[in-house]
Amino acid sequence: MLARYWKTLSTPLIGENPITLQILGICSALAVTTALDTALVMSAAVTCVLAISGASVSAIRNHLPRSVRIVVQITIIASLVIVVDQILKAYAFEISKRLSVFVGLIITNCIVLGRAEGFAMRNSVVDSILDGIGNGLGYSLILLTVGAIREFFGKGSLLGVQILIPTAQGGGFEPLYLMLLPPSAFFIIALIIWLIRTRRPQQVEQPEFRVRGAVEVDTP
Amino acid sequence: MSGLFDLFVRSVFVENLALSFFLGMCTFLAVSKRVETAFGVGIAMIVVQTVTIPVNNLIYVYVLAPGALTWAGFGHVDLSFLSLIAFIGVIAAMVQVLEMTLEFHVPKLHRAMGIFLPLITVNCAILGGTLFMVERSYTFTESVVYGFGTGTGWALAIVMLAAIRERLKYSDVPEGLNGLGITFIIAGVMSLSFMAFSGIG
Repeated sequence: MLARYWKTLSTPLIGENPITLQILGICSALAVTTALDTALVMSAAVTCVLAISGASVSAIRNHLPRSVRIVVQITIIASLVIVVDQILKAYAFEISKRLSVFVGLIITNCIVLGRAEGFAMRNSVVDSILDGIGNGLGYSLILLTVGAIREFFGKGSLLGVQILIPTAQGGGFEPLYLMLLPPSAFFIIALIIWLIRTRRPQQVEQPEFRVRGAVEVDTP
Repeated sequence: MSGLFDLFVRSVFVENLALSFFLGMCTFLAVSKRVETAFGVGIAMIVVQTVTIPVNNLIYVYVLAPGALTWAGFGHVDLSFLSLIAFIGVIAAMVQVLEMTLEFHVPKLHRAMGIFLPLITVNCAILGGTLFMVERSYTFTESVVYGFGTGTGWALAIVMLAAIRERLKYSDVPEGLNGLGITFIIAGVMSLSFMAFSGIG
């Protein structure tokens, strides 16, 4: 029993990571990762919404007519996001300003709807909560990695604490401004995907067809 | 007038929703394997953005904003906490209405768009466009231009990506990067080149 729960919780971390394998929830993953603290807040918000929406959808799944299920799911998710948004505005106003529209966009974050529709509709409440937390953590893992890399190389700091002193202030570190700009997020995620797929070759996508005359490489 | 043109150019190139705000990424990466489908989604996106952003603008200004209900005698009511749920409702409803209208009047176009029209409801670029419109408090006219501009920008980006990906099938990509990985890198390079537009508008 415990082993099964653990499996539900840990598979989405790397094995079935929502961002690198399921292609879900990429928008926010890229946009809020210029600094580690916004990435942290965003991860926490998404994980909460995922766990609670999974639980609610799973709890009412047997009373839900198929034809209106998407509407109901969206309404549940939207209500949760409104709560998260209001809490952030009340207790962390500065960060909520920096996250700007991306808190609201958790509603249309495909991870949440995807897990509600794909998992919570068919599984028990406990399983759905664990699946929500697991996917949230898998999402957070990528977000925090990207956020840490971008903040460290872009500003020489982590969580706002200066670690490397930039040349402008007499240190020996030249900030890499590209890291703070949108394209870097794409490159970093591509590299993470590459890394994961090198370690786990079963995730590699096969090309649709082989080019004739190309050198055939024997895959082990 | 030139202000509106500036806004249009800015929303197509400088503030391209897909490449500089990463909105609608899931659709952007998932349906860009072929140019024809990408074109279909692009057109659907332009239409939906041009309709929903102005409609949401009206709803926000006349119902949801603080003090907006003065015309109905409820000047002290602030419904802005409901805006997220109202917007997503409007988007879903507009997509539905649009789908029925198209099916009735232009069945050919409707068939061409197929599944992409309903899918667009959960595309974050639509909700994102609306939220940016609220955050920057655009007027009604501006929101029409902004909606059309962001839709066009997004469509442009996805068609370009699809065109590149079609050619990419013939190239020899490292094993682990095949598929999703290389698509991310291409999107990154496109985003880099779109940054060259940042001086205009």
